[in-house]
Amino acid sequence: MLHEITLTVNGDQYAIAVRSHQTLLQVLREELGITSPKRGCENGECGACTVLMDGLPVNSCMVLAPEADGTVIETAEGLSVDGNLHPLQQAFIDHNAVQCGFCTPGMLMSSKALLDRSPHPSEDEIRYALVGNLCRCTGYVRIVAAVAAVAERE
Amino acid sequence: MPTSTPNPVGKSVPRVDAFDKVTGSAKFVDDMAFGPGLLYGKLVYSPIAHGLIKKIDVTEALALPGVKAVVTGQDSPTPLGLYLKDRFVFAHDRVRYVGDSVAGVIAISEEIAERAAALVHVEYKELPPVFDPYEGAQPGAPLIHPDLGSYEVVNFIFPKPGTNISEHFKLRKGDVETAWAQCADVVEDTYTLPQIQHAPIETHIAVARWDPSGEVTLWAASQSPFAQRDILAQSLGVPHGNMRVISPYVGGGFGGKAGISIEANVVLMAKAVRGHPVKVRMTREEEFLSTNVRQSLIANYKIGCDAEGNLLAMEATYYFGGGAYNDYGVNIARAAGYSCTGPYDVPNVKGDSYCVYTNRPIGSAMRGFGMPEIHWGIEQIMDQLAAHIGMDPVEFRRRNCVRTGDTILTGMTMPQVDLPTCIDKVTAAIGWDHESKPSAPNKARGKGIAIMWKAPAMPPNPGSSAIVRFNEDATLNVYVGAQEIGQGAFTVAAQMAAEALGVPYEWVRVSANPVDTKYSPYEWQTVASRITWSMGNAVKAAAEDAKGKILDTVAAYWNEDPEDLDIKNGVVVSYKSEREQALKNMVIYGLPNENFEGWQGGPVVGSGKFMPTYVTGLDPETGQGTRAVVHYTVGAQAVDLEVNNDTGAIEILKIASAYDVGKAINPDLVMTQIEGGAVHGMSSAFEELRFDDKGHPINGSFVDYKIATSMDAPRVIHGDIVEMPLEDGPWGARGVGEHVMVQTAPAIANALYNATGVRFKDLPLSAEKVFLALHPEGVELSCELPEPGSSAD
Repeated sequence: MLHEITLTVNGDQYAIAVRSHQTLLQVLREELGITSPKRGCENGECGACTVLMDGLPVNSCMVLAPEADGTVIETAEGLSVDGNLHPLQQAFIDHNAVQCGFCTPGMLMSSKALLDRSPHPSEDEIRYALVGNLCRCTGYVRIVAAVAAVAERE
Repeated sequence: MPTSTPNPVGKSVPRVDAFDKVTGSAKFVDDMAFGPGLLYGKLVYSPIAHGLIKKIDVTEALALPGVKAVVTGQDSPTPLGLYLKDRFVFAHDRVRYVGDSVAGVIAISEEIAERAAALVHVEYKELPPVFDPYEGAQPGAPLIHPDLGSYEVVNFIFPKPGTNISEHFKLRKGDVETAWAQCADVVEDTYTLPQIQHAPIETHIAVARWDPSGEVTLWAASQSPFAQRDILAQSLGVPHGNMRVISPYVGGGFGGKAGISIEANVVLMAKAVRGHPVKVRMTREEEFLSTNVRQSLIANYKIGCDAEGNLLAMEATYYFGGGAYNDYGVNIARAAGYSCTGPYDVPNVKGDSYCVYTNRPIGSAMRGFGMPEIHWGIEQIMDQLAAHIGMDPVEFRRRNCVRTGDTILTGMTMPQVDLPTCIDKVTAAIGWDHESKPSAPNKARGKGIAIMWKAPAMPPNPGSSAIVRFNEDATLNVYVGAQEIGQGAFTVAAQMAAEALGVPYEWVRVSANPVDTKYSPYEWQTVASRITWSMGNAVKAAAEDAKGKILDTVAAYWNEDPEDLDIKNGVVVSYKSEREQALKNMVIYGLPNENFEGWQGGPVVGSGKFMPTYVTGLDPETGQGTRAVVHYTVGAQAVDLEVNNDTGAIEILKIASAYDVGKAINPDLVMTQIEGGAVHGMSSAFEELRFDDKGHPINGSFVDYKIATSMDAPRVIHGDIVEMPLEDGPWGARGVGEHVMVQTAPAIANALYNATGVRFKDLPLSAEKVFLALHPEGVELSCELPEPGSSAD
């Protein structure tokens, strides 16, 4: 069954028809060509597909597309404005918080959600906010440091 | 950030791939577009651990609307393998593990392919399975590969036809039997560890297209585009020139995307629907079920030392659980054999390393390649010996560790390394000499140390090549075939090219994404921690080749000797005449002769290669030879941890690491390897692929197979870089990508012993195991339910 939905992704409005069982992740990647949310498990376990939905971090693989009707979605593609990197993106570069890069977009979105709701988190809070985003490369050290650096600056 | 970085080697310049990765513009295979002709494939897996295929019925699957074709191993049995051709692309007569691929379905959508895969009906005759590598190696065990004797194999691997032993490496040095009598203490013990998963966050994915013209293209998340081209061309009878492998960024490899796994299946599936690209992307469940894993190990040791703590003799027998196919795993057992003592100078050694077929997932390359497995036991026994003779474990290691110039177990002279300094660094960082207090009365605290060595394990002659091409404005492109799997290969390639040419780092562009066997210079595989070293030597040679051409042209223009010229921060200078010549334009257009009577030079292209030429064969009966390997990297780790006596929970407070990398081309990237490796190593100590008694995996998800999260990782990870130059490394550099996790598990176990007095010999560790060990009298487990009406949450 098809559902007509409207949603805003990174500031752009879309009116599209989606199937009942399609996930938000599938719609973003396959219908809208927004590929920074990654497909790591499609089971809500790894966090690679994390996007912000009305400001809250969600595993987009666990959101059915019809549920996204009327929502505002943010992904890593929308973080930089007019070619200027978001402070978190710059901090991830400066701290070498990126290795293979597959978890990076999801990490950035979970980090942004944290700083939006708690601008000066403790290390415990940062680690807790990222616990749903798995990374096999970095050991999380630099990711936590990058988020902490942005929190201190602001 | 400075906009001009001359002489970037040794500086922590930013990663060249970071911008793409933080903006979401980095493309992985699943992010690529393949047009409206794209078809989707699903694999059909064996539901049994061991059996004969009696019949495959694909009629129902083919009848499903939208299905284009079904491919089985019975269509055309196609042998496959890196060191030992013991696999078929699709199982053709026999299945050897739950998850063995028996068929591939191609359809117009992934959903239809998945439904059709369930309609492929396979009739099996079940055979008795072999799960334990020790039992599997005994006479009379059911044979998993009855045709082992007929498989094609490289000349340094020794399968035993008529058994399940796919490789037996023998090491004989000195005389252990007479040495035991001189020992003041001998420890005999068995240590084991289970199969574990690489668990990259990007699952395996491949897309293939077989053109009607016979050109074949494979897009894969791959550490090994060139090795895959070679294996596929050989297996499928396609000329290498017609076989093209394209690999964009890889979302984590750790060895799991080395060699070959689903790629050959996808190419054969594409052959059935010529002209159409076919995409197969594994779900996380399939990744756990079917892809390569780290081998299991049962290791028996007998190690002795004299009263002064000098190691005198060692006997090691390794039974690697190689899983269903050992095409790559045979070389892991070999590597464990020629390095079987660990990083120690032992005068008398008897080593036997077996790779054994089992009806388990395919044991293959994983970060460390046999070394984490053997160090698990060795590093604990060193602590046991030290304790027995009353010596500090750090002092015991300082006394016995391998040093430059030692004649090591294979008879090879140890190239330059500095392990004692690594030991000193980690003992200082962890505060070895003072006791730390537990944070609560119900907790115990302990420290442990472990050291390691590892050589690149590979054929004797794997090659690297590189190309340097200048542009009009004197920016330049460096072409390499090495893969960026997160370790920073592209960044160090740019640094080394700039350094060798004498131009600023910012002038260099790395043209290596995607790696494309049609256009990229040859690189054997991105494995074995060999890229900084081997690719680095090739990049340096290519840059020097280009530099030589530039200097020749300018020397002719100035009528000077090229020997008197150099390039400094992007300008050609003469030490003799003090003239200067900018590189801009001349690197493409050359320079005019006097009065413009003709021209010199032209577009500057430099090429370079590196291949080790000095590795020798080893005697099959003794493992002795002049040079077993190219070199070793060494390192030490120390762990500080706390154990909760009430729950058994282990909290790793700090890991301190020190590695001798020869020369840190980019020190901060070395540190990120050290940090990531420490957590990977810690995580591996708690990981285990679990199976039911029929061989079905039972924890194939991140809920049931836990990898370390941000909450589990230690808060403090300390790293020290030691730099004793490697004789043939670029600027002295040697690899470090794998070494960083090799000895983490035994360092944790030694710290656990220090905290609790209990020695854990079987991985994985778990809170449950620790709790039960701390309560040997037994515990009465009870579950108290809250009173009805209470405010329990």
